[in-house]
Amino acid sequence: MTLSNIFLIILVLAIVGFIAARIMVVRSAAGDIRQIHSGKNYYGWFVAIACSAPAILVLVAWMLVQFIAVPNSIVSGISQTEIDAVGSRSLVMTQIQDVASGLSKAVAQGEITQVQAIDPNVDVVELQKRFANVGVALGSGITEEVMRKAQLYRAKMADWSFWRNIAVLAVSFIGFAFALSRVNKDFRSRNAVERFLLVVLGAAASIAVLTTIGIVLSMLFETRRFFGMYPAMDFFFGTEWAASFHGDSKLGFLPLLWGTLYISLVAMMVAVPIGLFAAIYLSEYASKATRSFAKPLLEILAGIPTIVYGLFALLTVGPLLLTIFGADGLGWMADGRAVITAGLVLGVMLIPFVSSLSDDIINAVPQSLRDGSFGLGATQSETVKQVILPAALPGIAGAVLLAASRAIGETMIVVMGAGATAAVFYESPDRYLNPFEIMTTITTRVVAQLTGDGAFNSPETLVAFALGLTLFCLTLMLNVYALYIVRKYQEQYV
Amino acid sequence: MSDIAHTSLYTETPRMKKRHAAEARFRAYGLTAIGIGLAMLIYLVFTIVSSGYNAFFQTRLTVEIPLSEEAITKAGKGVLKTSAYKKIIGASLREELARAGIETDMSDKEMVAIFSGKAAVELRTAVGTALKAELVSKGVEVPGELKDQEYDTVLSKKEFAELRPFLVENPQVLGSTVQFDFLAQSYVDGYMKGRITREIAERSKNISVAQLDLVDQMREAGILRKGFNTAFITGNDASEAYPEGAGYGPAILGSFAMMLVVAFLAITVGVAASIFLEEFAPKNKLTDLIEVNIANLAAVPSIVFGILGLAVFINYLGPLSGDDWLKNNSAFVGGLVLSLMTLPTIIIATRASLKAVPQSIRDAALGVGASKMQTVFHHVLPLAAPGILTGSIIGLAQALGESAPLLLVGLVLAQGAAAPESIGDFFGGPNTAMPAQIYQWSTRADPAFYERAWGGIIILLLFLVTMNAVAVILRRRFERRW
Repeated sequence: MTLSNIFLIILVLAIVGFIAARIMVVRSAAGDIRQIHSGKNYYGWFVAIACSAPAILVLVAWMLVQFIAVPNSIVSGISQTEIDAVGSRSLVMTQIQDVASGLSKAVAQGEITQVQAIDPNVDVVELQKRFANVGVALGSGITEEVMRKAQLYRAKMADWSFWRNIAVLAVSFIGFAFALSRVNKDFRSRNAVERFLLVVLGAAASIAVLTTIGIVLSMLFETRRFFGMYPAMDFFFGTEWAASFHGDSKLGFLPLLWGTLYISLVAMMVAVPIGLFAAIYLSEYASKATRSFAKPLLEILAGIPTIVYGLFALLTVGPLLLTIFGADGLGWMADGRAVITAGLVLGVMLIPFVSSLSDDIINAVPQSLRDGSFGLGATQSETVKQVILPAALPGIAGAVLLAASRAIGETMIVVMGAGATAAVFYESPDRYLNPFEIMTTITTRVVAQLTGDGAFNSPETLVAFALGLTLFCLTLMLNVYALYIVRKYQEQYV
Repeated sequence: MSDIAHTSLYTETPRMKKRHAAEARFRAYGLTAIGIGLAMLIYLVFTIVSSGYNAFFQTRLTVEIPLSEEAITKAGKGVLKTSAYKKIIGASLREELARAGIETDMSDKEMVAIFSGKAAVELRTAVGTALKAELVSKGVEVPGELKDQEYDTVLSKKEFAELRPFLVENPQVLGSTVQFDFLAQSYVDGYMKGRITREIAERSKNISVAQLDLVDQMREAGILRKGFNTAFITGNDASEAYPEGAGYGPAILGSFAMMLVVAFLAITVGVAASIFLEEFAPKNKLTDLIEVNIANLAAVPSIVFGILGLAVFINYLGPLSGDDWLKNNSAFVGGLVLSLMTLPTIIIATRASLKAVPQSIRDAALGVGASKMQTVFHHVLPLAAPGILTGSIIGLAQALGESAPLLLVGLVLAQGAAAPESIGDFFGGPNTAMPAQIYQWSTRADPAFYERAWGGIIILLLFLVTMNAVAVILRRRFERRW
């Protein structure tokens, strides 16, 4: 029985329960609906929820256990010779799962029969040929053991699924019967339904937490696998990045970190002065009309999708810089993609981030400070420089840090504008200090490693998770710190 | 100090001059900063429009093609069928030129090279479809194993001998002359748009100056002209070699599928979460944790959500669910990832509008005996709905423009994204999205694709502007001051 059939049965049960409960409760009050505690529909919902919610919970829990327990029971039985031949236990397990899904696919397309798929005497070479017919590529050499284990895997899975279906349907029917037995005119079904609703609302709120946990766990898990194949020290302190999907790569993190920070630095050098001066002008000098016209226009820059900026960097700014600094101009630049290209465009994108946040913070500085300063005879710019900016400095620092965290995590602009070659530290300073050179970043490499054609179990692919985790931690620290100082500052004048 | 004290306030001392100059400078810095920001915006918009608007136009050639029985039969019989159709196109164009009084000594091959590489296939498909339609209209059972374009073989193949008379006697198609609209190849199109110049043509293998001369003459004769290109919006993606035929159809559908998923998931979960946090949550450590979490999630780089999608939805839950939708390239996974990304935006907007509903409404409802839940769902939520809707639309617009996470869950197809054939395909089949398709085209070698990438950005921005405008109008229309 497939999953969708199970759901269909539960749905039918819920609908039947809904209608039955409505009829039964009216009957229990002998047709006088004023005697029923809650509205009729609440009784219907009560039964519908009772026969679907627990059943679906059981289903999900069962499947989580199933997909941990079955592979575990298989993986412990793998022989040492097989592990030595392939490399690691988990690699053998992956092979087994691939073969198992290949078998299922072959059965589904009618290439082999169900009997053949579980037959322990079937010829391995023959089966492998059949796989090719259904488009399952398993590479060469499935050993006898892998094939048998794959068959065992499928058999166990089928067993578990069978009992799962029974359990789920049983829970659903029990819920149905139990709920219907509770339905009578004195039962407070509204309270029960509302309690359930509250749990659902709470669960929705916890999805935000689950997402964070999912992010951290999924990346931690894969990062651990990566560090099993590639020493953590070599990753964090390696000074060379040379990834090749043929294996034997040097996956040093430092060149990528340098590229990321360098591009972010260029971006901040564009965004901070422009953003800050714009904020000062808008909040201290501009007339109401100018403000209401310039502020939303500047903020449009933040609403434009990053792909637009990426294309702008790749096709407009890069070639433009190349005509000035390239071989026909000053001869400093070899490729349109460079630190300066990505940095400039990224900087433009960040202008509104800096200006909006700083604007809010400057506006939060109390008017009395300004009045005091003017009273002492200071000009407006002196007031800004010597009174307002020092007062707003922590908040502005927070705004700048938030913008920096954006810059570090930005992907499309650097993918399209900064190029793919990592900084090289030991040849000449040109290869890591020159802003007109190509330099790659953390986010760029995450995209490249995960969309490349490496096997998923290779360190070249898994390194992306280590990079992602480091990026996540880096931006999280920046964000938390920035939000902390922004908040702390805001409270000062309230 | 003393020399300052003796002068009047109305006489400008050198020191005051300096201070006033500093003031003026400071003001000018501020104005310059805003000027730079606005200039960048204008430059960006100008670049987008000027580089992209041409993608909405395409050069086409209109040629009268006589469908002689002899030529079609011969074409259906030949081994290289498209080359036979190329000959037909060449010959027809020659006659067309003669009618227009243009003389040329160009070879057929060179002349046909002005047309898109797909022209012959297009013509063959059109002829095949017409022949099939004729057979159907005469009440003949058509051979099911033939594709549309293969119906020209009916005329020559022995196994279809009994069908042939239907096409030859009282023919509707054979012997007629049809006006046919062909796409010009991308270099000719580029020449019409000013991208390709004669200097480039001199060095190019794909186009010659002589061909461009002929193009000029044909333009004057009205055989060749530039017109609006609906296929750019509705058509399928094409491979590297046929930029003239590439369109955003599947990408728009893919983006639409993702927006449906986001609209459904992010809005329901986001609103539910906000109701809980705003109306029911007790003030304790757990809800504090949730609050901090949401604030941080809003600032997590989007690519991290892509990694999450790949690791959890595709690699972990994919094989676990056995479902067709949780896999690489699926719009459903893209929608899930974008939903998680949009969730904080929607929660923040929803909470703000729930907060704006005055307490007196809740008190009144509770006073007449509504439960807490009924108060929220019957009174507070409907009153907060316009604000929630506005926030949701802005969240959706943000999700629509996002591309980095989509690259990681495989929503960039190397080439030839085609329109989905079923609902399952719509959500689960190999899919792409607007921003991903734009990125894909920006990585191709032929500059003709760059123009189309910019054109895609115009489409994308039009969607975004529309969504934001709707949000603004909704806010203006329904905003309530309490």
